Amino acid sequence: MLYDFLSILGDTILDVAPIIAILFGFQLLVLRRKVPHLQMVCVGFVLVVLGLALFLVGLEEALFPLGKSMALQLTQKAYVDAADITTIGAIAWYHYMWVYLFAAAIGFSTTIAEPALIAVSLKASENSGGGLSAWGLRVAVAVGVAAGVALGTFRIVTGLPLHYFIMAGYGVVIVQTIFARKWIIPLAYDSGGVTTSTVTVPLVAALGLGLAGAVPGRSPLIDGFGLIAFASLFPIMTVMGYALLGDWRARRSTPSEEEKKP
Amino acid sequence: MGRALTSFLRLMGGACRDILPIILVIAFFQIFVLEQPLPNLGAIITGMVLVILGLALFVQGLTLGLFPIGESMGGAFAEKGSLLWLMAFAFALGAGTTVAEPALIAVAGEAALTAADAGLIEETEAAMKSYAGGLRYTVAVSVGVALVIGVWRILKGWPLPYLIISGYLIVVVLTFFAPPEIVGIAYDSGGVTTSTVTVPLVTALGLGLATVIKGRNPMIDGFGLIAFASLTPIIFVLVYGMWS
Repeated sequence: MLYDFLSILGDTILDVAPIIAILFGFQLLVLRRKVPHLQMVCVGFVLVVLGLALFLVGLEEALFPLGKSMALQLTQKAYVDAADITTIGAIAWYHYMWVYLFAAAIGFSTTIAEPALIAVSLKASENSGGGLSAWGLRVAVAVGVAAGVALGTFRIVTGLPLHYFIMAGYGVVIVQTIFARKWIIPLAYDSGGVTTSTVTVPLVAALGLGLAGAVPGRSPLIDGFGLIAFASLFPIMTVMGYALLGDWRARRSTPSEEEKKP
Repeated sequence: MGRALTSFLRLMGGACRDILPIILVIAFFQIFVLEQPLPNLGAIITGMVLVILGLALFVQGLTLGLFPIGESMGGAFAEKGSLLWLMAFAFALGAGTTVAEPALIAVAGEAALTAADAGLIEETEAAMKSYAGGLRYTVAVSVGVALVIGVWRILKGWPLPYLIISGYLIVVVLTFFAPPEIVGIAYDSGGVTTSTVTVPLVTALGLGLATVIKGRNPMIDGFGLIAFASLTPIIFVLVYGMWS
């Protein structure tokens, strides 16, 4: 395990090296000024690299093998649940209920643990002047990823074309944008890209590829893709929805104050 | 020292809460749905301790290192007033952090397999390698371009929705002309490009710029860089698929 840790630590350092080179290169050569609180910043970088490496080793050790084999087993389980396992037509989309449920559950729970989302929600809550709760934002994003991944697995099972779903999603986002408060829109758009990194991608990708391999008539190479796209689109909707819900609740609790505002 | 310790313990508590849902989901499906015991309980518990410790250290490191340097550099560039250097920095940050991104390397490899399978390219190792490499550089350049556009928007104070929705329209139009095999990969590539270290840094940069420039609001103008970084790769990869 120590070897695993050192090799992952090496990879993480390699990942972060270009970032550090760019930051300090521009700082020293272009901005030509000292980095404020240089010592603290360096300690921070060390902690980020060390923390990320520990986090990844822990995931590799404990969760990823189990989660991935689970995704494979669940996709096979549909065969067991179907009455007739010999003919292809006997398996319908509703035999995959456990898969959809697993997809939603794993989408939600991995998003809650996503470090990049923790970072963005901290900053968002800080800059909203306390009007936005970091935890509420993370739950809203996680609900979006859950819905997205579940719908994505449904699409793989049914074999419907990906781009129809994505275009319909864009349509919903555009309509919501028209009605949403201006301050939530950029954050909502950002939350789509933030959600899918270290924790979510490996498990969700394993689910997609496993499912596409298990469903008759699907190719892992063509149908296995697309889950990440769902997982990045749906949080945009749920975050705007979450802000709308907050507005609505505020209006209900203090109707008189809201009317006084111009 | 005592205060630092308490604050770190609080971070550890937060990390436990963050990781609890995954444990519950995996345990539930393993025991009740698949009806199997949890294998290697010892390894799972050690792994969880590492995950919790790692997450707490990461969040501590964010507030000490990534956030301050991102914000201070955003502010410093805005004060220096050199547009060209700011754009060069944005491009370097976007492209430089993406080209080595492990998730992207994995997706590019898969994409090359798909393309070979569909007969878009020859089924030789050399052809697949050059296809995967081309895809990686395409995505890296697209993220660099995204940050340049995104920073430009913060400076000008343009509203984000028009730009993003125009991007969506371009995606929709390109989808009809791109080979169907590339569409799934293109849509996915938007999500995988932004890594765990890049996201906090880029967010802090946007907020730093929006805070220093007069008339900009951090919530309305500061956020949005990640949105561009997840949109342009889709467009660039679709074009790449049509080209090669």
